[in-house]
Amino acid sequence: MSEVTLGGPPPAPQVEEHHEHHPFLQHHFEDLGQQHEASTLGMWMFLSTEILFFGGVLAAYWIYRVMYPEAWAIGAAQQIWWLGAINTIVLIISSLTMALAVRNAQMGRRMGTVYMLIATLFFGTIFLGVKMYEYTKHWQEGLFPGAAFTFQWPQNPALVPKIELFMTFYWCLTGLHALHMVIGAGLLIWFIWRSWKGHFGPEYYGPVEIMGLYWHFVDIVWIFLFPFLYLIHGAHHG
Amino acid sequence: MGLRRQIRVGSQWMYADEAHRALREALRVMDDEHGEHGGHHQSWIRRYVFSTDHKWIGIQYGFTALCFLLLGFCLMILMRLQLGWPGQPFGVMKLLGATRAPGGILLPEAYNQLGAMHGTIMIFLGIVPLAVGAFGNYLVPLQIGAPDMAFPKLNMASYWCYLPGGLIMLASFLAPGGTAQSGWTSYPPLSVIASQGQTWWLIGMVFLITSSLLGSVNFIVTIVQLRAKGLSYMRFPFFVHAQFVTSFLLLLAFPPLEAAAVLQLMDRVAGTSFFLPSGLVVSGQVLTNAGGGNPLLWQHLFWFLAHPEVYVLILPAMGIVAEIIANGTRKPLWGYKSMVFATVFLGFMSFVVWAHHMFLTGMGTTISAFFQTTTMIISIPSVIILSSLFISLWGGSIRFTTPMLFALAFLPMFGIGGLTGLPLGLAAADIHLHDTYYVIGHFHYVVAPGTIFAMFAGIYYWFPKATGRKLNEFWGRVHFWISFVCINGIFFPMFAQGLAGVSRRLYDGGMQYQHAKQIAAQTNPFMSICAIGLLAAQVPFIFNFFYNAIAAAFGHRDEGLGSNPWGATTMEWAATTSPPLAHGNFEVLPVVYRGPYEYSVPGSEVDFIPQHQPTAIEPAPRGGLLPEKAVAMREN
Repeated sequence: MSEVTLGGPPPAPQVEEHHEHHPFLQHHFEDLGQQHEASTLGMWMFLSTEILFFGGVLAAYWIYRVMYPEAWAIGAAQQIWWLGAINTIVLIISSLTMALAVRNAQMGRRMGTVYMLIATLFFGTIFLGVKMYEYTKHWQEGLFPGAAFTFQWPQNPALVPKIELFMTFYWCLTGLHALHMVIGAGLLIWFIWRSWKGHFGPEYYGPVEIMGLYWHFVDIVWIFLFPFLYLIHGAHHG
Repeated sequence: MGLRRQIRVGSQWMYADEAHRALREALRVMDDEHGEHGGHHQSWIRRYVFSTDHKWIGIQYGFTALCFLLLGFCLMILMRLQLGWPGQPFGVMKLLGATRAPGGILLPEAYNQLGAMHGTIMIFLGIVPLAVGAFGNYLVPLQIGAPDMAFPKLNMASYWCYLPGGLIMLASFLAPGGTAQSGWTSYPPLSVIASQGQTWWLIGMVFLITSSLLGSVNFIVTIVQLRAKGLSYMRFPFFVHAQFVTSFLLLLAFPPLEAAAVLQLMDRVAGTSFFLPSGLVVSGQVLTNAGGGNPLLWQHLFWFLAHPEVYVLILPAMGIVAEIIANGTRKPLWGYKSMVFATVFLGFMSFVVWAHHMFLTGMGTTISAFFQTTTMIISIPSVIILSSLFISLWGGSIRFTTPMLFALAFLPMFGIGGLTGLPLGLAAADIHLHDTYYVIGHFHYVVAPGTIFAMFAGIYYWFPKATGRKLNEFWGRVHFWISFVCINGIFFPMFAQGLAGVSRRLYDGGMQYQHAKQIAAQTNPFMSICAIGLLAAQVPFIFNFFYNAIAAAFGHRDEGLGSNPWGATTMEWAATTSPPLAHGNFEVLPVVYRGPYEYSVPGSEVDFIPQHQPTAIEPAPRGGLLPEKAVAMREN
């Protein structure tokens, strides 16, 4: 089983000269390339936990959707579908600006990165604003689960608890998503400051790229939530 | 020493040992000029409290986890006192307070609290942090020749999520109505209508899950990205493979539980009904919640985590035992490759067996048949690993040191635990055995004399690594033999109890049931005495551990010990000092030239060749080729 190097090129020298290293290179990495690879892999690992986290809630959502399809349709009909559609478009545009920010950072265009990150933050804020409007409206219509739930369905009162369950999922899923957006917005502000200071450039753009991965992930979650929560009302179009 | 290889430093070629000496001198000069290798001096708090050094975080994890293990063990002692002599007053019970044990007599609801918290503390606060947080953190970077974990700050954050999570769990004992009392599985609707302690439990779990997720991301990235040059996957020590797969299990299994915990928290706090059915009647009152939820959903989400979690408990233990057995037999592991692939396969399979915990929920025979089949399949990789470890003993010159004794005991104990699991995986047999003491006996054999013995083996084995001192061998053996006898005395009678049908959560051990009365009276006092014996057996360990740890902390190292007291091949021993450098682990990052377990290589002068050693007398190749040929090739 022993594998001994017989002949062949000698292994890479173990000792290297101590170059002046990049200010953002951490001690335990050999070079920026390794650091970049490590942090990208770390982000993907984190995103896989996020997928399973949302996956857990979505699995619960689907089980109940199969159990109570009618209540789910009525619940979805209470949403204003075009507000959700606008938010979808807004988020997709923000993903574009985020990708452009990464591109600008790679090219070493400092102000380009800053502007694109500001644009991303702008669209993210619009999304949250629309969401706030929807939340306020649902609250006024008595669609918040628990004691505040006053929604009635005279055609079939027995369905009301199930509709409440749908609305619980609605608040839970969009709330978790909005929380991710708020965290993303906070990160964007930090990244705008860092880009402004000129931290990023062709050899060090990893953090912007990772920020981009996170932002796209949050975007994709919404791409799932939008049809699940807004567009499944079928005949109950209201 | 045979051949010397030259390496290039800058523009100059020099012998490796000379370069090593020169670099050591350079590091010393840099330390003199700028502190730690040209870095800045760290404050006391950065060094010992909010440390980012994986070794210190490992020690923090280990110490905290051992304290929690002892606490969980003490809760068990209180339960065993009650089970052995139901309704008798005991002085120690008064520690629980008058609301739980008036006059030293334990109340049934307090027994439930002890049961739920014993499980939670042992699993989530004791074994997982010890196996992954402590051993993984301390050893994985050293074994793969990395200067630190990939994300040192995340590593710190992981510990600082774990500790508050643990403290919240502890604080829940003070909550009105006591702590969580719905078992470690927290099945709704019971858990949703339970007293406030359950809310604290859920919040604590969210912290613990976050901690594990941060840790597992870090492990995976470290193992993939920071391996030493030449360390291919098939040259990993088995322990690294075990930790690698474990990290994936944690990474993928915990998020659904986190989601489930958040949903249950909403059910309790925000009045939602994710897990509450309509028209639930509690104490004669119909609950006013909306209803429509399904309690079974929790069980699915919970066991989707908790079955992989079982393998999180056992895989690092197997890793530790494999390291110690290879070292203690002075032989390569038998079937290393099949062990590695079995581990990976086991990791995959562990995600498709969860519903074997739920045969009695009325899933239907088709689904039961599916999960029964996958459960039988998953036993195969465990058997491969265990058999390989057994066969590794064959023909070895075994050194019966304390770590080796614990590692050897692991094998039959885990064997008993694993084999008794098979009847539970068969739906027909499980109908009789479900929720009886048989189940308790089964998983305790896996986790207590299995995993915890492996943890002890690891502590005795790697203690010199972390401190530069060996634990006392004599007291180590005392610890081992008494523990070994007593722990079997506790858990073996449980199989008999379970077969007789004694249910697992009974406050009096079954004394009020006709079918359980006789066996409970025959076995419970004996088991409880064994439990007290097991507690006594830990006293020499605790003294041994603290005496040596404190002596090491005051700088008293065992000078004669050397940095590689067990003559090990893996890099945590062979390529570093004991304890390793505070910053960066290695004076020179090692390069790996060979597999992990080159013990007793034929023709070699010493009986072990470290992984990073470039030159050695080559073993005779399989075709009987003599070493001269290899030497000739090298000199060309």
